[in-house]
Amino acid sequence: MTGIYVHVPFCIRKCPYCSFYSKPYDADTASLYVEAVYRNIAAYSGKGICADTLYFGGGTPSLLDAGQISRIIEEVRQVFLLDNTEITIEANPCSVDEDKLRGYHAAGVNRISFGIQSTDDSRLGFLGRLHDFKTAVKAVETAHAVGFENISADIMLGAAGETSESLKKTIDTLCDLPVKHISAYMLKIEEGTAFDNDKIKSLAANDDLMSELYLTAVERLEEHGLKQYEISNFCREGYESRHNNKYWTGEDYLGFGPAAHSFFEGVRYCCPPDTEAFINAPVQPREVTEESVNRGEEYILLGLRLCKGISLDKAKVYFGDSAAERLLNLAVEFSKHGLVNLNDDNISLTPQGFLLSNGIISQFIDSVE
Amino acid sequence: MTPKDKIRNFCIIAHIDHGKSTLADRILELTETVELREMEDQLLDNMDIERERGITIKARAVRLTYHADDGEDYFFNLIDTPGHVDFNYEVSRSLAACEGAVLIVDASQGIEAQTLANTYLAIEHDLEVLPVINKIDLPSADPDRACNEVENVIGIPAMDAPRISAKMGTNIKEVLERIVTDIPSPKGDDEAPLKALIFDSYYDSYKGVIIYVRVMEGHIKAGDTIRLIAAKAEFQTVEVGYMGAKDLVPVGELHAGEVGYITASIKDIGDTRVGDTVTNAENPCAESLPGYKKVNPMVFSGIYPADGAKYGDLRDALEKLMLNDASLSFEPETSIALGFGFRCGFLGLLHMEIIQERLEREYNLDLITTAPSVIYKVTMTNGETKYIDNPTNFPDPGTISSAEEPVVNAHIYTPSEFVGNIMELCQDRRGTFVDMQYIDENRVDLHYVLPLNEIVYDFFDALKSRTRGYASFDYELKGYAPSKLVKLDVLLNGEIVDALSFIVHEEKAYARGRRLTEKLKENIPRQLFEVPVQAAIGGKIIARETIKALRKDVLAKCYGGDITRKKKLLEKQKEGKKRMRQLGTVSVPQEAFMSVLKLDD
Repeated sequence: MTGIYVHVPFCIRKCPYCSFYSKPYDADTASLYVEAVYRNIAAYSGKGICADTLYFGGGTPSLLDAGQISRIIEEVRQVFLLDNTEITIEANPCSVDEDKLRGYHAAGVNRISFGIQSTDDSRLGFLGRLHDFKTAVKAVETAHAVGFENISADIMLGAAGETSESLKKTIDTLCDLPVKHISAYMLKIEEGTAFDNDKIKSLAANDDLMSELYLTAVERLEEHGLKQYEISNFCREGYESRHNNKYWTGEDYLGFGPAAHSFFEGVRYCCPPDTEAFINAPVQPREVTEESVNRGEEYILLGLRLCKGISLDKAKVYFGDSAAERLLNLAVEFSKHGLVNLNDDNISLTPQGFLLSNGIISQFIDSVE
Repeated sequence: MTPKDKIRNFCIIAHIDHGKSTLADRILELTETVELREMEDQLLDNMDIERERGITIKARAVRLTYHADDGEDYFFNLIDTPGHVDFNYEVSRSLAACEGAVLIVDASQGIEAQTLANTYLAIEHDLEVLPVINKIDLPSADPDRACNEVENVIGIPAMDAPRISAKMGTNIKEVLERIVTDIPSPKGDDEAPLKALIFDSYYDSYKGVIIYVRVMEGHIKAGDTIRLIAAKAEFQTVEVGYMGAKDLVPVGELHAGEVGYITASIKDIGDTRVGDTVTNAENPCAESLPGYKKVNPMVFSGIYPADGAKYGDLRDALEKLMLNDASLSFEPETSIALGFGFRCGFLGLLHMEIIQERLEREYNLDLITTAPSVIYKVTMTNGETKYIDNPTNFPDPGTISSAEEPVVNAHIYTPSEFVGNIMELCQDRRGTFVDMQYIDENRVDLHYVLPLNEIVYDFFDALKSRTRGYASFDYELKGYAPSKLVKLDVLLNGEIVDALSFIVHEEKAYARGRRLTEKLKENIPRQLFEVPVQAAIGGKIIARETIKALRKDVLAKCYGGDITRKKKLLEKQKEGKKRMRQLGTVSVPQEAFMSVLKLDD
């Protein structure tokens, strides 16, 4: 089954650490944008593509009102024969109120992901967020009250002044709220963002501290019953993000909107990050990023992001017996150093291994080539 | 036919940087052998490396016409020689082709190690030595002192030596006049059987090997069948002539006393050994010219392409270099760490450096070289003798009854203030003091016997840094001396890295092992887990360092379906890996292999 992704490229103000595509919100552009999304989805009509997840990401999707969200959802239902669908919207705690949340829920959204980032207001200030923690608590509680069962929260590790102790408190506070899912990201200073300067770099956690924070988060979240299932993702039993899992398991997804990525029928492509071009084009432009993917390589690359890891049997199918043998030997070597779990036919990374996953994954891929 | 009394065959000898090539340029200019607009600096040094480093690697020869003050035209054959000890044999053959030598001495620096070595060589060959004091334009020039040194140290009259500035073109004519008056014209019987000395040769893709010769007796013309006596090979002469400044100029015949070239469709430069005698196959001379020897490599090193796929390119490049350099030797070698490469033999350190540099620059190759080694002589318990030029082949210590290593006679010329530093250095390099002589009040000649393997190991750099570059150094092989040698292995993550093994004196092993593991630790980036770096003799670990584990290397966010970033990262790591050698799970950068070549900071 296919996943549908809609990129909503608007923000009230860009967060200084964010490298995702967005531009300042204005109502006129937003309604033109919604029309363009509608048009592009409609173009798939009659193709018989089935989808079971829909994800509004951004930007700040919660800047769209319930009517606009509803219009898109309805069209997706019409075109992609949605059934038993997970419909997620990313939301900024200060851009939602009870009415809006009620409207989203009524429109069919059944999963909401709040960018909470921290429970500490000084760190929220450092991260340039518009909300304080009180607002975040209110948003979560309201969402829960209007009927959202599946609530996710993003937190950011390693903002200025964070220690293992303060992080534990953040997690404890957050887990008291009705959240089923947490994404915990290590703050990364991306090139070209407002954070890309020496002062911020000196304030953010260094590699040693960041590693400690990460391992602390994994442990503490687990204590609260939120099990890790991906490098940065944790949830209560049964609440994995079905949509995001598609990215990591090699399933198809179609993206709509500027900067939205698609993986469909073996081709990876994206719509260029240009809202105006997107609005004006009858059919959204497409830039192919990969013509024919190497499925085996991607199986390792993406599969090892997941706690369930990869299977040797499958590796044998992709690469042949002797390559799989080399993969296993490497895994044995890594497992000696606590970076890899080896269970029967299964290879997965430990939290320590996740911290070094770039190097480990590239060695694994080298070993089968 | 050129009248013999109008011919002057001479070479220019000097210490490096004393102005040999500059004087040659001025002479070409003044004799209008090269038009002024064609002049470029150091015309005789053809290779880029020669120009840049200001050294002469290959011998060159050129014929010039000089209209002298006596109203007559004279024909000069100027043979430019490499000044470096590595090419001592080539120099001696070039000298044997001449009747005289212009000895250049830097007016500010005086006599240096190579000045003396080359002068003695010239005197040995009965050459008329014509001293010239150069660089008189320098503020620090002291021509009187330089003249005194020549008289005192070498023992030839120098008070009336021309005092010149090759750079400014001052008094060059005086040098030319003195060449006419002081250097004897060649002798030799034109009608005797042909006897010509090969002093250089190079490969030309159109004409085959071009041999540079000095005809000692007899004559030669195109069509003659020649015999190369030592090579035991015969060829039909295609062309003879002399060397113009820019081109070869064919002539009908070459006669006794002349310097010129021969082509004979020779494919293999190995047939045209420097020092060999050329004679006429139908009317051969009774005996060959004295002094021929086959030169053997003294220093060996493994050369590997940084990118394993370039192995074929490296082989082609070495083959091409060998076309012009019969003293270079190489054979395929395999290393577990570095893959496929070549074990190369060189005349000495400079020769090695030059070959490596030429491979990298002229053939655009990225190389990894292993620590230079010398040839060790090992006597086994069963009485067998083995010569080992590759540490990998060093026998198990239990099977060795005794070992010997090559030692050299080394002369170091230095301002006396550095004597202490140098003695300390030589002591440290297991040197045996032989003698110290004062050249003048301020400068001494220190004579040491040093193991060759201590010199091939960054000795020049150490000497330079301890004497602020003021000392000069020269050596010649003395023979073999008994030595307690061990093979030192380096282990990464518990595995021996064959390319880093080397043979070392027992007493130095511990310090070298310590330094080596430190250097490797500095030059190997953090790995995915802690990696021990160990130095070991036999099975015994003598030093250990630890490469720390990386803390974090992760792309935490892989979202919105955009995995291109993740892939780019992977590509980048792959790109980075190309410059790395993967030894098990440890990635070792090229620089790490190179860093162990210079341990003395």
